Amino acid sequence: MRQSYRIIPVYTADVSGVCSALYELGGMVVMHDPSGCNSTYNTHDEIRWYEQDSLIYISGLTEIDAVMGNDAKFIRDIEETARELQPKFIALAGSPIPFMNGTDFPAIAQVIETETGIPAFAIPTNGMHDYTYGAGLALAKIAERFVQPSGAAKVTGATRTDISDVTSTGRSSHTLNLLGVTPLDFGPQQNADCMKQILAKHGWQVTSIWAMGDSLENLSHAAEAEVNLVVSSVGLETAKILKEKFGTPYVIGTPVGDFTEDLVMALEQVTNNTNKKKKSSEEESTSGGQDEPEIPYLRNRLSTSPEITLIGEAVTMGSLAAAIEKKYEKAVRVLCPLETNAGLLAPADHITKGEEEAENYLKDAKIIVADPLYRPICPSHSQFYDLPHIAFSGRIYLKRYKDILTNTTYLL
Amino acid sequence: MLKRIGGEINPEGAVTTIGEAELPVPFPLGLEFNSPVHGNWNIVHTGMLMPEAIQIYVCADNCMRGVVLTAAEMNAAGRFSFVIVEEENLLNGNLEDVTIEGVTDVLNKTEEKPKAVLLFTVCLHHFLGCDLDRVYEELENRFPEIVFVRCFMDPIMQKHGLTPDQKLRKALYDPVEKKSPDEKVVTLVGSDFALDETCDIKRLLRSGGYTLKELTACTNWEEYQELGSGKMLISCYPPAKYGAEMLAGRLQRTHLYLPGSFDYEEIKEEIRTFAETVKNSVGNAEKNDKGESSRNTESCMSSENIEAFFQREIVLCEDALKHAKSIIGNTPVALDYLYHPRPLGLAKLLLTHDFNVTTIYLDSISAEEKEAFDWLKTYCPNLELRATIHPKMRVIPRETEGKILAIGQKAAWFTGSKNFVNMVQGGGLWGFDGIRRTAEMMTEAFLEEKDTEDLVVRKGWGCESCI
Repeated sequence: MRQSYRIIPVYTADVSGVCSALYELGGMVVMHDPSGCNSTYNTHDEIRWYEQDSLIYISGLTEIDAVMGNDAKFIRDIEETARELQPKFIALAGSPIPFMNGTDFPAIAQVIETETGIPAFAIPTNGMHDYTYGAGLALAKIAERFVQPSGAAKVTGATRTDISDVTSTGRSSHTLNLLGVTPLDFGPQQNADCMKQILAKHGWQVTSIWAMGDSLENLSHAAEAEVNLVVSSVGLETAKILKEKFGTPYVIGTPVGDFTEDLVMALEQVTNNTNKKKKSSEEESTSGGQDEPEIPYLRNRLSTSPEITLIGEAVTMGSLAAAIEKKYEKAVRVLCPLETNAGLLAPADHITKGEEEAENYLKDAKIIVADPLYRPICPSHSQFYDLPHIAFSGRIYLKRYKDILTNTTYLL
Repeated sequence: MLKRIGGEINPEGAVTTIGEAELPVPFPLGLEFNSPVHGNWNIVHTGMLMPEAIQIYVCADNCMRGVVLTAAEMNAAGRFSFVIVEEENLLNGNLEDVTIEGVTDVLNKTEEKPKAVLLFTVCLHHFLGCDLDRVYEELENRFPEIVFVRCFMDPIMQKHGLTPDQKLRKALYDPVEKKSPDEKVVTLVGSDFALDETCDIKRLLRSGGYTLKELTACTNWEEYQELGSGKMLISCYPPAKYGAEMLAGRLQRTHLYLPGSFDYEEIKEEIRTFAETVKNSVGNAEKNDKGESSRNTESCMSSENIEAFFQREIVLCEDALKHAKSIIGNTPVALDYLYHPRPLGLAKLLLTHDFNVTTIYLDSISAEEKEAFDWLKTYCPNLELRATIHPKMRVIPRETEGKILAIGQKAAWFTGSKNFVNMVQGGGLWGFDGIRRTAEMMTEAFLEEKDTEDLVVRKGWGCESCI
């Protein structure tokens, strides 16, 4: 049965995804939940909780308030806390019971924003979707609400990337935003920094990282970047918003191993095409000239029978698959158990729903690269390589977390 | 490196004095913060105490994640399975079918069938009016060799009724069958930890030739069923009281609630009641036809011996406290509710022995602590109370100038102390021995620093932890 799980865990859910994505931006996130969501999140899904403050709370919803639809208490509690702590924004995230009750979160957010003057918005979570969905929508909200047109945003306190070469379009040449960076997929901050360094080596400066090690102020300048790089499916919705609002083209892929060169070429190509199209078609003021998203890890993939199976998030695993194929010339397939996968998978890849289906796909796998908690459903004859994923095993393997960008020497 | 948000935070609302505090909740209710301190046991840890049983949860992704990874972190993933509830199940109203078929599927895939399944249903089952009787009836028909234990993970109910934790401590004993009582057996109900071998209760029972049976010591189903042989039941941990009363009613046994205490007079009264009840129970069992006691149980629990026991024990406690004081001196002491269910009682004991107790971390005050509360309010009105779940506790500085001794994990995290007593929920402490052990652990903690970050984030103090 698809919904039953004998031995493997579930991935981080949408509510925790919201919290993870917004963690460092100075806002306040409130999960409308009786108890448990907060503990689950901060224990298993948030590696920054011990040392780095963030205003993430639960409402402590009670049976009587749920039955009576007592939204007033929810609003009052949020407003009282917000007035004391002055967050830069307020994000509301729902859990299963408010979903069942039909709690009107957008209306509640509007009331709170009107009464406190603090930007407030709702993320339509219910604890039944994957983190990629929740985190993706949360970052997209930030893009919607806070990113200003190039040159219009005010820098308030945050240290900004030094941008010296500004193009005629107001965008800085060879600059990009990294979209979809959370510890759930990338682990500790040094991995985000590493990604930044890799791109710098290839001549690309990072304007902002959505959203690790960066500030809301810096994110608000995202429109100044020449291109967006979607490094996980979490960043996809944000890329679409930024393209729609500012015409910024985007490329999908994670800079990993030898695949980085292909990714950089795609960045060059997309920006060149965009500039050419803009010059030749002045009336296309904001469309940016990109019709389809550029996904270089889907190009030139081997069509032979897959020898290696990767399990995990579509973009990071797709990029790793491309890197492995390039280096070893062995075909790789990705099993993606997460719902944010549309258009992000290669023909040989599979969407897997539930433990049973994953186990079936793995039956004939020879080499498997996945989080160690997948081991119990892998056939004994297969070779298994650990690739811990916080969104799956939480903090269990944190102390030996492997950096998929540079330290995958056993793979790359 | 601690990163702070914003500027200065006015602590009002999150910090008060006991002089200004009111029972039972000294702080305003509102949004809730959850600290990174996780040594407390949750329902997964407690459920694992039942031998030869597995746990199956039926809930949504986000609720599931916390419990499934609890099991994984304690290296018990093999005893944990689950069924995911999806949006369509709520809309279609087929939660009964999903629960039944999901559990059936898990059990069919389980090679070695368990003796019992702790089946946890959740808030959604409650709100959707799921017919749990039908669910259990059907599962019992399909798997007649397995006992299905009704467990709940429904925290939405906990502020107006029993908590999931209290309900579990009842459910854990539901499969215990009624059997003829063994006159030499007392059963401890509902505790996560075995009582220390040196604790007063165990010493008194041993001296009378009794055995204390505890769930924590059961390694198989047969030993578990032997819990039902206790002639008398006791419970010591407050959340266990409800379940123990239910079990005593079902098995028709005497039950004594003997909460751990730091008050000499309360401990004495508890021991007197305990000894009297045990004595009566034994008296009936061990008197011969002529009405004479066949053993010396009566004498070892006689009033005279018990009073002499008290005198000796109190002298030893005073010595232990004096010794601790001579080492700890006037160093500030902060303690929390997680160390022991009686934080105010502990504060009173320490303050009356000249320890410099400055702060207690708690969110509510138990009715059992009213006497200690009143005493502290009168004699130590400036004693500081700090919340642990108030939103401001996320951003109020967690550093203390100079050395501070923390008793409990939460006190350690909130004060930033590395000198802390690492124990939760009262551990196996009880009675005079519990006071001495606390004094000893305070001394040890004062003298030797611990890695606070590594220790307090681990779930379920005392359980295996693979992080």
